[in-house]
Amino acid sequence: MENLIAPLIAAPLLGAAVLLCGGRRLDRAGHWIGTVLAGASFVIGVLLFADLLGRGAEDRTLHQHLFSWIPVGSFRADIAFQLDQLSMTFVLLITGVGTLIHIYSIGYMEHDERRRRFFGYLNLFLAAMLLLVLADNYLLLYMGWEGVGLASYLLIGFWQHKPSAATAAKKAFLVNRVGDLGLSIAIMLMFTTFGTFAFGPVLGAAGDASEGKLTAIGLMLLLAACGKSAQVPLQSWLGDAMEGPTPVSALIHAATMVTAGVYLITRSGAIFNGAPDAQLVVVVVGAVTLLFGAIVGCAKDDIKKALAGSTMSQIGYMILAAGLGPIGYVFAIMHLVTHGFFKAGLFLGAGSVMHGMNDEVDMRKYGGLRKYMPVTFVTFGLGYLAIIGFPGLSGFFSKDKIIEAAFAKGGTEGWILGGVALLGAAITAFYMTRVMLMTFFGEERWRGRETASPAEPSAEPAAEERGRHAEPHPHESPKSMTIPMVVLAFGSVFAGGLFSFGDSFVRWLEPVTGYAHGHPPISAAAVTTATVVALVIGVAVAWLMYGRVPVPVTAPRGSLLTRAARRDLLQDDFNHVVLVRGGEHLTRSLVYVDHTLVDGVVNGTAASFGGLSGRLRKLQNGYARSYAVTMFGGTAVLIAATLLMRAV
Amino acid sequence: MSFPLLTATAALPALGAIATAAVPAARRTAAKWLALLFSLGTLALAVVALVRFEPGGARYQLTESHAWIAEFGVRYELGVDGIGVSLLALTALLVPFVILAGWHDADPLEDARPNRRWRPTQGFFALILAVEAMVILSFEATDVFLFYILFEAMLIPMYFLIGGFGDRAAPAQFAAKAAGAGDEAAATQRSYAAVKFLLYNLAGGLIMLAAVIGLYVVAGTFSLTEIAEARANGSLSMATNTERLLFLGFFFAFAVKAPLWPLHTWLPNAMGEATAPVAVLITAVVDKVGTFAMLRFCLQLFPEASKWATPAILVLALISIVYGALLAVGQRDMKRLIAYASISHFGFIIMGIFAMTSQGQSGATLYMINHGISTAALMLVAGFLISRRGSRLIADYGGVQKVAPVLAGTFLIGGLATLSLPGLSPFVSEFLVLVGTFSRYPVIGVIATLGIVLAALYVLVLYQRTMTGPVKAEIRTMPDLRVRELVVVAPLIALLLFLGVYPKPLTQIVDPAVEHTLSDVQKTDPKPEVEAAR
Repeated sequence: MENLIAPLIAAPLLGAAVLLCGGRRLDRAGHWIGTVLAGASFVIGVLLFADLLGRGAEDRTLHQHLFSWIPVGSFRADIAFQLDQLSMTFVLLITGVGTLIHIYSIGYMEHDERRRRFFGYLNLFLAAMLLLVLADNYLLLYMGWEGVGLASYLLIGFWQHKPSAATAAKKAFLVNRVGDLGLSIAIMLMFTTFGTFAFGPVLGAAGDASEGKLTAIGLMLLLAACGKSAQVPLQSWLGDAMEGPTPVSALIHAATMVTAGVYLITRSGAIFNGAPDAQLVVVVVGAVTLLFGAIVGCAKDDIKKALAGSTMSQIGYMILAAGLGPIGYVFAIMHLVTHGFFKAGLFLGAGSVMHGMNDEVDMRKYGGLRKYMPVTFVTFGLGYLAIIGFPGLSGFFSKDKIIEAAFAKGGTEGWILGGVALLGAAITAFYMTRVMLMTFFGEERWRGRETASPAEPSAEPAAEERGRHAEPHPHESPKSMTIPMVVLAFGSVFAGGLFSFGDSFVRWLEPVTGYAHGHPPISAAAVTTATVVALVIGVAVAWLMYGRVPVPVTAPRGSLLTRAARRDLLQDDFNHVVLVRGGEHLTRSLVYVDHTLVDGVVNGTAASFGGLSGRLRKLQNGYARSYAVTMFGGTAVLIAATLLMRAV
Repeated sequence: MSFPLLTATAALPALGAIATAAVPAARRTAAKWLALLFSLGTLALAVVALVRFEPGGARYQLTESHAWIAEFGVRYELGVDGIGVSLLALTALLVPFVILAGWHDADPLEDARPNRRWRPTQGFFALILAVEAMVILSFEATDVFLFYILFEAMLIPMYFLIGGFGDRAAPAQFAAKAAGAGDEAAATQRSYAAVKFLLYNLAGGLIMLAAVIGLYVVAGTFSLTEIAEARANGSLSMATNTERLLFLGFFFAFAVKAPLWPLHTWLPNAMGEATAPVAVLITAVVDKVGTFAMLRFCLQLFPEASKWATPAILVLALISIVYGALLAVGQRDMKRLIAYASISHFGFIIMGIFAMTSQGQSGATLYMINHGISTAALMLVAGFLISRRGSRLIADYGGVQKVAPVLAGTFLIGGLATLSLPGLSPFVSEFLVLVGTFSRYPVIGVIATLGIVLAALYVLVLYQRTMTGPVKAEIRTMPDLRVRELVVVAPLIALLLFLGVYPKPLTQIVDPAVEHTLSDVQKTDPKPEVEAAR
């Protein structure tokens, strides 16, 4: 069975190669090739899953060694894969949601002349993401890690002719590179500490290393996770990444790629378990981001950016859980999977709304859409209930467990973390209810109102041609788009319950991640009650603000916090002033220094040896040739002399 | 006597240079094909050398030795180790692409007076082949004096290539440009760049000449193998100061050529003014002689002095990495941008050599090869772009991907290779250099990773400004890559991908040579902490 791991990656990789090199003649069939290969990968994943289920719990790790990649001295990197319960979970999520989003994109990108290329990039993403979760060593993981970064870059900037999209793509890649720096330093540290960076030996020998080294490695891995998973302080790229087509936002920037940081930390559990200081930093980052994203999500009027804030916040929950150690790993991954379902569903729903609304993204210009898009409304609504943690739905089970584990951390830390997680749950309920009310309920604020410039210029037939002055005619999206939404809605409703039934998810992952039952200072029932209360408060406040009173079409000025949150809590302003401006000044002055000082000093030094500088100055006046001739003369004499020597 | 394969690899392009130069003025196209044919023949010979080279065999293979200037013990001695043979292969590989990419770079202008003796095309391709011959022989020379002669002599054809041939716009755009004043200014700039190139390198060469003579006085021979052997078994000892001075003499020349900060300022001028194929010849081929010579001559001849100078050289290399990258970010001219990126990359190569670990030096050698391929890809596509619009300024472009998607795509891949994306070959070498440096000098290794972030910045900014955004009016009719251009770029990209995933054929050849060099300087890799504790 282990021989099936490579084909799992090879199928979408083949798709990417064929679609990107195939040229125009594949334009008509391109999207089908892409979708079929994504589906093939999913089928292989299911076969492997069935095989793993047939084995004993301790016997569920498969290895496939292809060839030696970089063998230099004691440095050995292999192209080799490891499939265990953790990577299997990811494989099913990636290929499953991935295939659905391929299907959705067939309809969504129907009118885009570069659809073939879009599917090529999507396939490339799948291959890289699968490589990331199936690699059996950190260096190969790094290849997948940057591969998904590349795919994300290409897809965010898919509509490259829009300067904002090109800028957002570049920003995402750059911020991620800062994180990648962490990953490369972590790998180097592993090499000098353990002499290897393969999962088995490193994680097996983690106990033998000093705590200082483990802490350093852990912090570097966290830096990497912050970049990829948009955690504070490397979070600024995710909001801008919404410039990409909506299916991309659903797949890459909600369900899969941005959760790679959680995978990295969970995978490296053995390192973090030996480095409590690093774990503390992880939970702090998670807790801060959880609130940060939630606050940003409350203030955005752009439906995709509100959802992006939410993604950041939900991943904050996962990072928080992963930082808690063995009491949290399993729930981090469980929330990751349920989040994959409902957040992908919510994004696809948002795409469907935009599809019917002339690509309008401003929720203040929505309203009352439930009548016009019933399927979108119901599926989006189920996703909404799942994310706010409505009892019985997916998000309820996974988030409740994380809040419980946060309290179980113990001591003051436990109370603070638990409190933050509860507060986050209330804010989540608030901003998601806000999205729901502004979009599907209330007055039809789009009536008699022309849409501004299209946000996604090619999603709808000739959105550009249709002009900017048309009133939208909301309508339900085609089947190819609604079916994936329905499937994801099923996941949003049932996945959590299924995973929690008889602790099946815990028992599944425990052999890989380890599991310790946390004991919160208050009873589990009390935590659950508190979570539900937080939810009710959040929903109620949102209803008071956006349901009971009409929503103004132009945004009110808002409080200082609201205004800051609209600007992503000033993260970009900070980056701009400190990094961009500072960097521009630095490079400009260096260009000047290089031209005058370094060049001048070197020339000047040479001048003191042979009047070179004066001669160099004369070069401009036509003495160049004569000087060069002199030099050549010298060299020629030298060579002639040596040849003459021989003759003598 | 067996067939002198190494001599043949250098003699063939030399013959080609003569043959190409002799083609009559009217038979321009024949001259091009002739040059291409000779370069392909050289490539075939290089492949034979690569195949006949046994990775596990003697240190120097395919050796040849003949008396030359008996009075001074100068011999015509050739031999390649794993490092030499791979750089030989790189050179032989790149030159056909350089020739093909520069196919129209030296066509006489239409308004030029018909003149029987005016043969710029023949000259251009003959000079390229002459450079190839000398570079290849310098990778093979195991006699210090022979190496020195070649090291200096290759400057002559390079000078004419830089000073004699500048960027051209496609004829249509060229006519539109105000002819006259602009061209004259460009010619002055070009001549300045060429002379600067020559003076810097000659200055380095003269100092090296003094050191070469000094070495002869001390050792009584020019033979690298003999001196290295005598150094290793202790029969030749040098006074500490003598060794250091001689080392510095050699190193200075190589640092100018490589180039290392602060001796780098000739490179942006030369690469900016030369045509793209010639710029590739400078940075991907000729400059490699400098880093190669550090590895072969500095470390083998002067092991103690090399270790003595290591801290200072590492700091200079680190400055090169960060400084070159920062300057690349600030450039407005895309060829100068690539030149500064190369300075940053040369910093990595030199850092890897002097980290004195097997990962560092193997990485540095692979880096030389991968940098050659990736810079060739990026620079040649940039050249294709420039030839369409007649401008090197980044600001003159915008939205190219919309009108020429294949050109934009290949440019992006060249750029991604330059920023060392995993999966493409430069990543392998860059990571090896970093890990090799980090294992001995953690702080320097960590600071050097800044180069990774900055590389992403200059590459992506360049791509964004030229290729994305609204289509500028001037490039609305820009044609996509032609077949000839695609033939140049596609194999380079394929090679970048192949060596990124399967570099083993190269590491196999390079590793034993690196082991030899490390034992010359008596250094072993640091042991991992956990293993050391046990």
